[in-house]
Amino acid sequence: MKPPTEIETAVALETNPVAGIDQTKGDFKYNVDYAFDAGTGLNETTVRYISSVKKEAPWILDFRLKALKTFLEKPMPTHWATKDLENINFDKIRYYLSQGQKPKRTWDEVPDDIKQTFERLGIPEQERKFLAGVEAQFDSEAAYSNIKEIVAKQGVIFCNSTEGLREHPEIFRKFFGKVIPTADNKFSALNSAVFSGGSFIYVPPGVKVAQPLQAYFRINAENFGQFERTLIIADEGSEVVYMEGCTAPKFSTSTLHSAVVELVALKGAKIQYITVQNWANNVFNLVTKRGVAHEDAEIKWIDCNIGSRLTMKYPGVVLKGERARGEVLSIALANDGQHQDTGAKMIHAANNTTSNIIAKSISVGQGRSTYRGVVHIPKHLKGCKNNTECDALLINTNSRTDTYPAISVKGDRNATQHEASVSKVSEDMIFYMQSRGLTEAQAMSLAVNGFINDLARQFPMEYSVELKRLIDLEMEGSVG
Amino acid sequence: MSQLEIKDLHISIGDKPIVKGFTLTIKQGEVHAIMGPNGTGKSTLAKAIAGHPDYTITGGDVLLDGKSVLAMEADERARSGLFLAFQYPSEIPGVSIANFLRAAVHARMAEGEELDATAYYKKLYSKMDLLKIDRKFTSRSVNEGFSGGEKKRCEILQMAMLEPKIALMDETDSGLDIDALRIVADGVNAQRTGPVAPGIMLITHYQRLLDYIVPDFVHVMHDGRIVKSGDKSLALELEAKGYDWVKQEFAAANA
Repeated sequence: MKPPTEIETAVALETNPVAGIDQTKGDFKYNVDYAFDAGTGLNETTVRYISSVKKEAPWILDFRLKALKTFLEKPMPTHWATKDLENINFDKIRYYLSQGQKPKRTWDEVPDDIKQTFERLGIPEQERKFLAGVEAQFDSEAAYSNIKEIVAKQGVIFCNSTEGLREHPEIFRKFFGKVIPTADNKFSALNSAVFSGGSFIYVPPGVKVAQPLQAYFRINAENFGQFERTLIIADEGSEVVYMEGCTAPKFSTSTLHSAVVELVALKGAKIQYITVQNWANNVFNLVTKRGVAHEDAEIKWIDCNIGSRLTMKYPGVVLKGERARGEVLSIALANDGQHQDTGAKMIHAANNTTSNIIAKSISVGQGRSTYRGVVHIPKHLKGCKNNTECDALLINTNSRTDTYPAISVKGDRNATQHEASVSKVSEDMIFYMQSRGLTEAQAMSLAVNGFINDLARQFPMEYSVELKRLIDLEMEGSVG
Repeated sequence: MSQLEIKDLHISIGDKPIVKGFTLTIKQGEVHAIMGPNGTGKSTLAKAIAGHPDYTITGGDVLLDGKSVLAMEADERARSGLFLAFQYPSEIPGVSIANFLRAAVHARMAEGEELDATAYYKKLYSKMDLLKIDRKFTSRSVNEGFSGGEKKRCEILQMAMLEPKIALMDETDSGLDIDALRIVADGVNAQRTGPVAPGIMLITHYQRLLDYIVPDFVHVMHDGRIVKSGDKSLALELEAKGYDWVKQEFAAANA
């Protein structure tokens, strides 16, 4: 999709009624009767329950049980990460809630309360307008999943992980857990033990999916943990764009979202993965995302993190084949009481591979943003290039930003460049804008949108418009 | 017809009084030049009237069409029809002039009212044509990397687009070479006629600007108030005799 022109964006901003995913819009819930409930707390019984209601093959149950063991053994990574992780009480979380395991193919079949939820979030409307397929997950399972016939006819598979495991085990098993091993970190182990939902996508060789596929993750229940598992395989020379959005109502207790997303771009394939996350500010969002790019393949993560209490997410690309390209474009906005600990990982493992990281963070009020990145180019490689740019914007004097770039480039046949900047929205700038009639909140919002503008222009229009709206809302709430 | 009444205005920065009893009425369509030596309170006056939070009004009043603006925030004053052309305009990285102005125009509309983007661009382009500004100009980020002349042209374009009742122009000539000065003056003059011509308070240190923007009134400011008023010939007299002349006269009058 090509980026919007200035006038297109201007027109879209005024006319686009797409409801999308702002927090006020997301802050509602329906009382749903769950037919399947794994109860509170986590032990072997919980894992067996999830596996049994999904009618899984024995190897999957084994995989889950081993993962549970790994999860319990691994310490919290608080020697480098925030101590806030210790506030997650794993015994008080509900690990599986659903009304059934089989998603509906039409919105008419979806139960009313769930259907209304997604209608309020604008999903069916977006599907009609510009998407090739939609999967809408409500708590643990997809309530709706559909792919346009024209795309299905090309052999594209788009379903949830439960269906993927059941109906396409030969493809699923080959790649599952290979990009992100269970023991990668404590939360990837947790996900591997209790995963449910998420997308499974397979794009056959040479197929270029013209419109994006979208998944929407909705948490509705209190004290709940959502653990979707996504696996996307783009076969040789194929192309796919995947977008995900997320919301939850505001509860007084904390909620856990811990996904694992694995991408495989085979020779010459291109995957673009776009996230606009807008969790309520009680959500711990601890997600592991990584892709493997084979020869001449390209993986691009576009990651927008707004909301949540704590987000820890570092999308990565392993550049496994020659001339593979990896890119992470990341925007994080940390408001009062929020910590966005985000970044990127680029692991170069073949000659002439290139990677690009552009991270922009905004800290508002007492919000804290952290950039954490890894770039690794070993000595035996040649012709590898990395570019890393981290820019931070501080809105108030008590806002905080930290940058931890770890760039290790060995040998003399590779190149890297790193730039970092911190800027502040000055009182003079705000007064200047106010003297043109903008309120303080509008002025701040414009300053923030200006700061991320060069990145946001690279997003598909629907998403850059949505992002702007979300930022407006955040800034509105931040001015006293 | 709109008017701005400044009545016995006193302004302090911190505990320090800067403006000490300034009185002037500006009607729409009039150009009042405010001249005076450095440090006499000219810029303080303009910024305080526009609502800059660093300045405290300690006495007097400012009325726009009979209504005091002093309790209003800066943005509310702007939406009521005041405009400040800055001596040193701020940079807004990543925000194009077109988008900035669109936001400013939108801010003036009633809540829930939609901005007609096509009509907006039509108006913007007609104002740019009037001011002889290249179309590419408005896709640049506001003031970022601008020359002194470009910054001032950007201010004049904003003024033309927002059609204020009263414009306070603070040292619009500072930092401009003679060509840039002429272009900026042409831009101001183009707005002096017609139904939306603003009343202008033109703050300047030098007579030079007044060759290009011929004022209806000239006021000489000293020690925080107006000490002498006249027509455009006063500016020439001032140029010939220097500010010391005013200071001496002022001292004599107070003796």
